[in-house]
Amino acid sequence: MTKKIKNLNLNFGPQHPAAHGVLRLILELDGEVVEKADPHIGLLHRGTEKLIENKTYMQAVPYFDRLDYVAPMNQEHAFALAIEKILKIDVPIRAQFIRVIFCEIGRILSHILNVTTQALDVGALTPSLWGFEERETLMTFYERASGSRLHANYFRAGGVHQDLPAGLEEDILRFCESFPNIINDLENLLTDNRIFKQRNVDIGIVTKQDALDYSFSGVMIRGSGVPWDLRKSQPYDCYEQLEFKIPVGKNGDCYDRYLCRIEEMKESISIIKQCLSKIEKGPIKSQDGKITPPPKKELKQSMEALIHHFKLFTEGYRVPKDEIYTAVEAPKGEFGVYLISDGTSKPYKCKIRAPGFSHLQSMDYLIRGHMLADVPAVLGSLDIVFGEVDR
Amino acid sequence: MNTLIELEKKINSELTTKIDKSKITHNQLYLDIDKEDLLDVTLFLKTNKDTKFRQLIDITAVDYPEEPQRFKIVYLLLSHEFNQRLILRYRINENEVINSLTSIFPSANWMEREVFDMYGINFKDHPDLRRILTDYGFEGHPLRKDFPLTGHTEVRYSEEQKKVLIEPVKLEQNYRNFDYESPWEGTKYIKDQTNNDKKN
Repeated sequence: MTKKIKNLNLNFGPQHPAAHGVLRLILELDGEVVEKADPHIGLLHRGTEKLIENKTYMQAVPYFDRLDYVAPMNQEHAFALAIEKILKIDVPIRAQFIRVIFCEIGRILSHILNVTTQALDVGALTPSLWGFEERETLMTFYERASGSRLHANYFRAGGVHQDLPAGLEEDILRFCESFPNIINDLENLLTDNRIFKQRNVDIGIVTKQDALDYSFSGVMIRGSGVPWDLRKSQPYDCYEQLEFKIPVGKNGDCYDRYLCRIEEMKESISIIKQCLSKIEKGPIKSQDGKITPPPKKELKQSMEALIHHFKLFTEGYRVPKDEIYTAVEAPKGEFGVYLISDGTSKPYKCKIRAPGFSHLQSMDYLIRGHMLADVPAVLGSLDIVFGEVDR
Repeated sequence: MNTLIELEKKINSELTTKIDKSKITHNQLYLDIDKEDLLDVTLFLKTNKDTKFRQLIDITAVDYPEEPQRFKIVYLLLSHEFNQRLILRYRINENEVINSLTSIFPSANWMEREVFDMYGINFKDHPDLRRILTDYGFEGHPLRKDFPLTGHTEVRYSEEQKKVLIEPVKLEQNYRNFDYESPWEGTKYIKDQTNNDKKN
């Protein structure tokens, strides 16, 4: 007697702890082997690009925090750089250092979250408990600089919003001294862990060619052995003055990407230390009154400052007609802003290029032929955050 | 190619009539082409040993409702080997169908789906042209300039009917778009003065 066997269609998510947000995956299973994966995204779509078209350049900054919400300031950086390039304004060196420090803090924030939750997805609970304690410390740094733990709204075209409060630099330095121990602890738990390796080694292998074809960037392309990092190849702000290495993987599997992230955290610590040793007192934003608001105390005495303040917070500054693509190396890969300005104080078009979007696209190709249990492992190592995928 | 200027020369000499206009600004090369030449030009840029634009960064469209050719389609390309960025652009009319890049770059799949979803532009030979970011059963194309910011419908769960209802948007207060734009630019002599101050 012959029996017809039908493939099983399985709905994974949108409310599933291992889906890292609101991903809905339609999986076609043959037994336990995945034949096809069709990600349905857009459940967190908020129309960011449309909203930005209706806000002034300064009002648009907070929307960038809400894209990749585990490393908010890296996104703001791309937007600020795009405006600065069109307006051709220089950023004071202190502001550049502050921005780089907070971008690297963002990178650590994102990598801690990814490494520990990936471990959680494959069954290890402890790393996330240890890692989240450090994230909390880092977010206090965010809070002390910007007033907010997550949605910082701190970077401006021409610099940053306000100077660092007294004592913050010393505290960040103290953190840099203690954090390598935490990385070691995490590595003790995971790097040689038999279960962790069984779940990650040789899973979700990406070849160099596929990494190019599928528009991978960041750790996803470096894990496959391509030494490509925008901080090195197309340096922005003060990255040129800093020394750091680019960790690359060998096999392009989930385990190599985990190792890359761990190494990148160590490099970030070294970058922050270098910044803290080089940073000097000075202005923290461009002194052009047409772009950046005057200090509060001047408003009481200077007519010009009052006018500038009023104009900046009603009309906003105008950006001449231009078209530009600017990218930064965000923790997850190349985050870019394609900005079209039309001479008014609102962007005509602002296309956001999120790394997670192209990474998630390859889900079908990565998971085909793997077991169902590998889905969370691959998903975890893709480093998906739905804020930026859905925008 | 070592510099963008050399690259521009090279592309212009190899593709001659296919390039309508080229310019270099912000350290990026902008190429204006015709709709029909898209596949030829991208294939050349991807495979030629002097260009090697092997990564497609993004595809997007821009809506200019007042202009005769309504949409501008934009392709962002990156060459790892030469560390260069290139931007391909062309204009189309509202109901034109354009070629899909999926045969050259597999990653174009979702990017084109997004353009289709947001602008309603159709792609020929696309393997799977569905909406991607908007809700199931959504109508309209949100990033078109004539689509209102508040949208047309809103969704709520009805306790009486025990199901999700889609209704026209009802706002307590309409979205207010104040016109702050003023022709005031500051007088010319002040600008000259500040420019002089900067120089000194």
